[in-house]
Amino acid sequence: MSEVLVLVDHVDGKVRKPTLELLTIARRLGEPSAVFIGDAGAADGVAETVKKYGAEKVYVVDDAEIKGYLVAPKAEVLQQLVEKTSAAAVLIPSSAEGKEVGARLAVKTKSGLITDAVDVQEGPVTTQSVFAGNYTVQAKITQGTPIITVKPNSAAPEEAAGAGTVEQFAPSISDSAKKAKIVASQARKASGRPELTEAAIVVSGGRGTGGNFEEVEGFADSLGAAVGASRAAVDSGWKPHAFQVGQTGKVVSPQLYVANGISGAIQHRAGMQTSKTIIAVNKDDEAPIFELVDFGVVGDLHTVLPAATEEITKRKG
Amino acid sequence: MNIIVCVKYVPDATADRHFESDHTVDRAGVPGLLSELDEYAVEQALQLKEKADGEEVTVTALTVGPDEAADAIKKALQMGADKGVHVVDDAIAGSDYVSTSLVLAKAVEKLGAETPVDLVMCGMASTDASGSVVPAMLAEHLDLPQVTLGSVIERQGDQVRIKRDGDTSTEVIGATTPLVLSVTDQSGEARYPSFKGIMAAKKKPLESWSLADIGVDASEVGIEASWTLVESTEERPPRTAGEIVADEDGSGAKALVDFLASKKFI
Ligand SMILES: Cc1cc2nc3c(=O)[nH]c(=O)nc-3n(C[C@H](O)[C@H](O)[C@H](O)COP(=O)(O)OP(=O)(O)OC[C@H]3O[C@@H](n4cnc5c(N)ncnc54)[C@H](O)[C@@H]3O)c2cc1C
Ligand SMILES: Nc1ncnc2c1ncn2[C@@H]1O[C@H](COP(=O)(O)O)[C@@H](O)[C@H]1O
Repeated sequence: MSEVLVLVDHVDGKVRKPTLELLTIARRLGEPSAVFIGDAGAADGVAETVKKYGAEKVYVVDDAEIKGYLVAPKAEVLQQLVEKTSAAAVLIPSSAEGKEVGARLAVKTKSGLITDAVDVQEGPVTTQSVFAGNYTVQAKITQGTPIITVKPNSAAPEEAAGAGTVEQFAPSISDSAKKAKIVASQARKASGRPELTEAAIVVSGGRGTGGNFEEVEGFADSLGAAVGASRAAVDSGWKPHAFQVGQTGKVVSPQLYVANGISGAIQHRAGMQTSKTIIAVNKDDEAPIFELVDFGVVGDLHTVLPAATEEITKRKG
Repeated sequence: MNIIVCVKYVPDATADRHFESDHTVDRAGVPGLLSELDEYAVEQALQLKEKADGEEVTVTALTVGPDEAADAIKKALQMGADKGVHVVDDAIAGSDYVSTSLVLAKAVEKLGAETPVDLVMCGMASTDASGSVVPAMLAEHLDLPQVTLGSVIERQGDQVRIKRDGDTSTEVIGATTPLVLSVTDQSGEARYPSFKGIMAAKKKPLESWSLADIGVDASEVGIEASWTLVESTEERPPRTAGEIVADEDGSGAKALVDFLASKKFI
């Protein structure tokens, strides 16, 4: 069986959940090989994790030389691995960075690229959700090595023992790949809540919060949810841009999305319309968000959310 | 300084966007316009021009698209771009990302043959395809560095720095021109064309180039040359209307929690 390369998404060696989803998907297409670009010292831990999800091989690329140079060196690494392994496909997490790695890789290897897949089956045949979630598109790649970026929550990670054989790989990186560089970086304070794009439940607040996110956050915490925001809330400075859900923010597809004080503009819908279950709390019964919901409460979020939080806490006992 | 801004003509997102029977986007039946997100790139290009005191800066708006796509260029000219280039050829219809970015790259090269290009600017994503991949592909075709998703753009001589909101951190990215730069909607409102701008735009040069003009063979583009094949497009069934309750004396919260419990979220 041919190898399917999976680019490992990690923060300082800690493997993120989308990687496990990708490994699960990769098993449908061939033999999963994880590609870890990071601190070689963290490789053993990474290998432990990915082998539990079926990785037969783990290519370790120490990033001491290329750290901080963004996507171009990563695309070169993958290009060389594609050539070395004659990979059957390359799966990359569909983050902003992942898509750019895929873009450069596609041009380098003269391969077709499909972005933002929400499902990948044998073939590979991909499913995408387009036009703000109004259409479902099935597609395949007809040239080169299929390169597919896959959105978080596209598969439930399933464990399967893989050999997890570690192989060091030393790529040759061109000078031109080292021209754009991170010159400063400030880590965001961790919230302790799940990552927005990975969360099973997302609770968002909009202009209707009036800037007070405590009620939204309290309700989110009672459900173990991630917190999101509309652009109006972000533009008002109530939440950093990283919280924004929508066309120009994060696209989320959780099991449950709760929109509080959010009207439901098309650009916001583009980021949440494919959520499995949608709930809205809004005081305007004509707010367009109610067209999408499975359940809606017409009311003031400042009373509904605290009361709901209290009720949940009570029932959980 | 020579700046090229890539602007895309897209179907209006607030209209009823749909696919043709060959699974390509219906670009004729739906009113189109300059992709809203590309207005931010035009705006930042114009601001770079305005800040470059003394230095001569030319802003060229470049589009690849059908006849109507000239409208996207015209809007950019009205906003203040100096000239426009429209690559239009029947063979281009149905092109995928790779061939679209190839056509853009060849047009950039042709523009660069006259005066070297310093900056190729793009929006963060097109509002129809929204792949956010064309800037990276363009950079790869042109063998240039890419500095993408900037919310603050600064330039000093040949040094460009941007600030951006990464996934886990806020970053400053730096590179030396020439480079490909994309900007987000966080970079600042785009200006509206003024009456003066609209009048002035009528006299600005707008060239139309064919594939032959930029040295691309028709076999390299279009639906036949696409490296991806759409097998089906299906309209998502409209979400069936859910249950909506009015909150009276705290009943809303209780009903909400009952619903959550019925779906096993608690
Ligand atoms: C290029 C572009 C990109 C964009 N990208 C995004 C994006 O990525 N994400 C995004 O979200 N938007 C985006 N937008 C903005 C979008 O068009 C809307 O303006 C925005 O989503 C509105 O946010 P909102 O729903 O919070 O505010 P509003 O539309 O003002 O709605 C507030 C809602 O809160 C309700 N409300 C008020 N008080 C209360 C209360 N006490 N209790 C309950 N309900 C209350 C009101 O009835 C109203 O429905 C974009 C726009 C453009 C032009
Ligand atoms: N056909 C096109 N003509 C001009 N610019 C384009 C075209 N397609 C994409 N672009 C540019 O590339 C950016 C990203 O597009 P996309 O990768 O399609 O999301 C856009 O914001 C434009 O700046």
